[in-house]
Amino acid sequence: MALKIVKGSIDRMFDKNLQDLVRGIRNHKEDEAKYISTCIDEIKQELKQDNIAVKANAVCKLTYLQMLGYDVSWAAFNIVEVMSSSKFTYKRIGYLAASQCFHESTDVIMLTTNQIRKDLSSPNQYDTGVALTGLSCFVTPDLARDLANDIMTLMSHTKPYIRKKAVLIMYKVFLKYPESLRPAFPRLKEKLEDPDPGVQSAAVNVICELARRNPKNYLSLAPLFFKLMTSSTNNWVLIKIIKLFGALTPLEPRLGKKLIEPLTNLIHSTSAMSLLYECVNTVIAVLISLSSGMPNHSASIQLCVQKLRILIEDSDQNLKYLGLLAMSKILKTHPKSVQSHKDLILQCLDDKDESIRLRALDLLYGMVSKKNLMEIVKKLMLHVDKAEGTTYRDELLTKIIDICSQSNYQYITNFEWYISILVELTRLEGTRHGHLIASQMLDVAIRVKAIRAFAVAQMATLLDNAHLLTGNTQRNGICEVLYAAAWICGEFSEHLENPMQTLEAMLRPKVATLPGHIQAVYVQNSAKLFATVLKSQEGDTDSTTTQEASQLMIDRLPLFVQSANLEVQERASCILQLVKYIQKLQQKDVEVAEEVCALFAGELNPVAPKAQKKVPVPEGLDLDAWINEPPSESESEDEQPKAIFTKEEPKHSRPRHTEVDEKELARRREARKQEQANNPFYIKASPSSQKVYQDTSGVEHIPVVQIDLSVPLKVPGLPMSDQYVKLEEERRQKVRAEKKKKEKKKRKEKRSGRGRKHDSGPESEEDIAPAHMVDIVTEEMPENALPSDDDERDPSDPHKALDIDLDKPLADNEKLPVRSHRAVEAQKSPVEDGERENAASQEPKKKSSKDKKEKKKDKDRDRKKSKEEKKKKKHKHEEKEEDLLGGQMEEPVVQSEETSEVAALPTSSSAEEVATVAAAEAAPAPGAPSVTAPDSEPDEPKDTEMEPKSSKHKKKKQKKEKEDKEKKKKKHHHHHRHSDAGGEESVQNGTVEEEEPLPPMSNYCLLAENSYIKMMKEDADEVCDIQGNLQDGSQVVVSVIFENKCESFLKSMEFNVLDSLNSKLQRPEGSGPHDGLVVPFQLPPGVSNEARFVFTVQSIVMPQKLKGTLTFIVKNEDSSTHEKLDFKLHFTCTSYLITTPCYSDAFAKLLESGDLKSSSIRLEGVNMPFHHLLARICFHHHFSVVERIDSCASMYSRSIQGHHVCLLVKTSAQTVSIDAKCDEPTLLGNVLDEIKQTFSQC
Amino acid sequence: MIKAILIFNNHGKPRLIRFYQYFAEDMQQQIIRETFHLVSKRDDNVCNFLEGGSLIGGSDYKLIYRHYATLYFVFCVDSSESELGILDLIQVFVETLDKCFENVCELDLIFHMDKVHYILQEVVMGGMVLETNMNEIVAQVEVQNRLEKSEGGLSAAPARAVSAVKNMNLPEIPRNINIGDINIKVPSLSPF
Repeated sequence: MALKIVKGSIDRMFDKNLQDLVRGIRNHKEDEAKYISTCIDEIKQELKQDNIAVKANAVCKLTYLQMLGYDVSWAAFNIVEVMSSSKFTYKRIGYLAASQCFHESTDVIMLTTNQIRKDLSSPNQYDTGVALTGLSCFVTPDLARDLANDIMTLMSHTKPYIRKKAVLIMYKVFLKYPESLRPAFPRLKEKLEDPDPGVQSAAVNVICELARRNPKNYLSLAPLFFKLMTSSTNNWVLIKIIKLFGALTPLEPRLGKKLIEPLTNLIHSTSAMSLLYECVNTVIAVLISLSSGMPNHSASIQLCVQKLRILIEDSDQNLKYLGLLAMSKILKTHPKSVQSHKDLILQCLDDKDESIRLRALDLLYGMVSKKNLMEIVKKLMLHVDKAEGTTYRDELLTKIIDICSQSNYQYITNFEWYISILVELTRLEGTRHGHLIASQMLDVAIRVKAIRAFAVAQMATLLDNAHLLTGNTQRNGICEVLYAAAWICGEFSEHLENPMQTLEAMLRPKVATLPGHIQAVYVQNSAKLFATVLKSQEGDTDSTTTQEASQLMIDRLPLFVQSANLEVQERASCILQLVKYIQKLQQKDVEVAEEVCALFAGELNPVAPKAQKKVPVPEGLDLDAWINEPPSESESEDEQPKAIFTKEEPKHSRPRHTEVDEKELARRREARKQEQANNPFYIKASPSSQKVYQDTSGVEHIPVVQIDLSVPLKVPGLPMSDQYVKLEEERRQKVRAEKKKKEKKKRKEKRSGRGRKHDSGPESEEDIAPAHMVDIVTEEMPENALPSDDDERDPSDPHKALDIDLDKPLADNEKLPVRSHRAVEAQKSPVEDGERENAASQEPKKKSSKDKKEKKKDKDRDRKKSKEEKKKKKHKHEEKEEDLLGGQMEEPVVQSEETSEVAALPTSSSAEEVATVAAAEAAPAPGAPSVTAPDSEPDEPKDTEMEPKSSKHKKKKQKKEKEDKEKKKKKHHHHHRHSDAGGEESVQNGTVEEEEPLPPMSNYCLLAENSYIKMMKEDADEVCDIQGNLQDGSQVVVSVIFENKCESFLKSMEFNVLDSLNSKLQRPEGSGPHDGLVVPFQLPPGVSNEARFVFTVQSIVMPQKLKGTLTFIVKNEDSSTHEKLDFKLHFTCTSYLITTPCYSDAFAKLLESGDLKSSSIRLEGVNMPFHHLLARICFHHHFSVVERIDSCASMYSRSIQGHHVCLLVKTSAQTVSIDAKCDEPTLLGNVLDEIKQTFSQC
Repeated sequence: MIKAILIFNNHGKPRLIRFYQYFAEDMQQQIIRETFHLVSKRDDNVCNFLEGGSLIGGSDYKLIYRHYATLYFVFCVDSSESELGILDLIQVFVETLDKCFENVCELDLIFHMDKVHYILQEVVMGGMVLETNMNEIVAQVEVQNRLEKSEGGLSAAPARAVSAVKNMNLPEIPRNINIGDINIKVPSLSPF
């Protein structure tokens, strides 16, 4: 053995380690790729070896290569091997590699579940830590679901190092498995007040992340956070909390009011810039949320702006940047306070740091007003000229356009100025944003009717000078502008001064070098121009111009007919033929202008960008219904093989896919509607949508004010926007002068002695009248569009799933899935949890070694013992039966049948027999069959899934045999082990954790029965709040199985309990204190079902008995009778205990604390193996084993109200002594009595 | 949330990459190249925040970086992180490296990528800040290193010896060259 290790390490020293690899790569700079490929070959060899050290070394090197960009996913399995090494050194290497290269679609991840679980429960905190760290990087929905409960347990680990990691990773678990959020949240909340600052910080971190996405669900935590904020001194935590408040205040303005004061104090007191900055940020958020209600916070705004100014003026570029960033937030609600710092911001535009310039630009966006727009844009235009580097210049360009076009051109008073700005921007070299300028030109020309004449003139000039734009190939982006220019000139050609000249410009041969889509627009619009020319010459006797025009068309168009672009070619050839025909008609002196114009008649209106989305689905239209018969099965099967070669679609994208389909459908439907509307043969049901458009727009009726004559309409060449700035200034002065005059007059009339503030003071926004009234055509929406504001949220956002109400009490079905080998126990989680916990914690406590071999010895010993026993009872077993685990493993599959058959047993026997069997069950004898609630967990443990399903039938038979045996056993009244239950050795998977063989147990006992019905109950205590404090109410859940024993149908079952002072049945709201609860199902003959009832309990120190009645209707074919069944519910004190894991050091501390009262009992004549005894206490009384040494064990449990119960169990010969300590002596006494009873019954 | 942590040198060679969101290897390399391109052309006296990495993140994400001698430490974070806080965190991380490696330099990161990862794991976990207290981080790292040493024990001794011999046989031990300008200079910690 030792030799092997030494040999392995000698082998190892000739392998390259990570340092050698790095050195090698550095020495092979020329042929690095080749060197690495030989290294990878070596690594592959190393991975084939058995020595884990060699493997780990190889994996370590792979992690390095992964960083260099090499795909190492082929080694995923080896990584898992290294992860499962028992040595921390290798485990750490494995987990690091996994965290670097595993992801959701790595298939070996599913093999890691058990390994990770084992590491999580490892006694070495660093094993656990490494597993948590690794898991945080590659957690998948499956892992999250399977491990959520284990991680949740770790959140209460004794070591803060583990606690903080467990708390943090919960966020990842929530993201992958949103169902875990509600059950885990109470504990997470608890961690906000953890004594360790690191854990506290982690909890704050997680809740902040959660709350950022769905703030409204976390409003109830505000008081807690408020407390933390005023008490914490950790800046990191403070920053997080303050950020969180920033997210919460918009939802709860009252919170904001409370926050202002402490935040202001912090702003004044803190020296940490990061904290100061976040405070300012949150104050801003508060102010925004209060902006409507509270006028007297101007002091706070001033404080913020003042502090921000200090930041912006700081020499530290970081602070300057952040100052500007925060400033832009104030801007939205308090633009005035920011505008006073315009100088500072404009100054930042000159900063050498691009990030800062961009931030300043952002601010400018919000700072513009009608008054200063022209001035600011002028400054920006200067920067555009100066800017070096295209990205920044492009950014400037888009910002100018954004600033001008924001909120529907709100701040533009003079559109001529804007058009000239746009035209000026076309002179920018090498911009990528030609299309942006083009769309602005189109938008303005279409929507601002008054500007069309001017725009057309400008565009005509642009077209004339097109060579300037297209001359340089580098300027390609800008030629998009020509697209807009050509379209505007064509569409609004009636405004053209000289259409002939423009027509000529549009048909120049050079146009053929433009991109295809622009050429197409040229061709189409030349036809429009042609129509205009014809129309304008109509009345004239002299027809030379028109003939010239058609000749021009006929001469130039063939160039486009030859175009390689389909669109251009098609349009050109169409129009060419048309013009030829018109020419023919002209020669015959036929008046064609009207007809030609009719080709292009009608006006285009802009459509709102969201219009398409808002088309409502017509009533009665089911988009999911098949229009045609669905394709036959065989067809889909034919398609199946294809999927082998194409990558299968990931699961999560599916719903989205269908949504796209729906959208597509809606689009098609809309298109069809349009088509129908245009189709004269289609009988329209309602006024056509087009008609509605024309009716509603109604802009024609608004009188358009004449354009101010002081503005020259005809600008020779390209206009300079600067002119407008001057003109505007003059105009405003004029207006102001007039106003002053009027005011003076007024004042003279009034003769009041008012100050002359008005004259020098800046004019207010309203004073600035636009140069000319502009009616901006509003965007059109489809008829009966749905008003909605839910357009923004992305359906694929993972955080959407976390929008969960956390304040609702936890429902039963929300419990986290608990690992277990036996599905039998899966649904009774609290109890089984305990057993599992116990089994898990037992292993690490064996100090000597937790080697499997050791354990096997243990098991063998047990087995021998049991064999001896068996021999005594003259039960002979086959060899196969040795495997006890096998027997247990199979049970989940059989469980449901068992339930019914066990229950069916008494039915067939006489009344007395029923009673005895029931009694035997009530006191869970070792041989008692395990009975479960029928509602099985959706996710069965993987272990059972691995079993071949064909074995099911066999098991049924075996089970029947078992039943028989059990009957015998009861007669003999012997205590013996249930090891004979499972006959067959099941396939033992390597990943299955070994568990000590335990007899199956059940907590179900007979409640009451009569000839019609039988009730069995199990009380699983479930506490609403895991903390189990009284404020949140302590609850006990009672599961009752109802079984119909007669031939009739049972219905209208009502479950009622006479409430005592202490315990109350929880009834739905609105029902009286004596009303029964309707059982939510009916029972056909022979069927059983389970219902759960929740009781509220106040004091838990004493056992309780509650009287109750079940009323129901027995329905035969011919008659129905009313029946009732009385029962007594016995709440033992144990049912108030919840299994809580405890670590030995915490346990020791607890015992030392001296707060606990002690008591003890002795049990005589207990004849069972010690671990059975422990298991029984764990199972029936909800304890967990803290530590076990030989025949002595310490156990722990906690009541739902937080009482600690500690046991020290010792056994010698057949005597068991239990020393117990608890902080509530009455409770302890009762629990001990109950334990005594349990053992006296067996 | 922190989306990625990248460390690369002045030539764009990655020294440590840690993505908290899955990207394929070639995409990771592209991101490193793009980030390097964005960061390297910035002067040292401009701000440490950068918007507009197109490959990673989107509008909500920022690059926050610090430049130490030959290395860039870049964190890609979303808006839930405090910008100045992350800057301090980078500082804490580098100071921790400095303590763990005793006068850290680029070569330490080159040859001990795994160790740097282990240190980082104590600072950031799954994209969330785990610990900001340097003493705590150093303490945890040291305990784990001791654990590793104790496990190695006898069996690791030959390998260590060989490694030492290998180092001796090399014509130059890289650590001795350029030690002056390759050292990461750790400026004093700003108030946090």
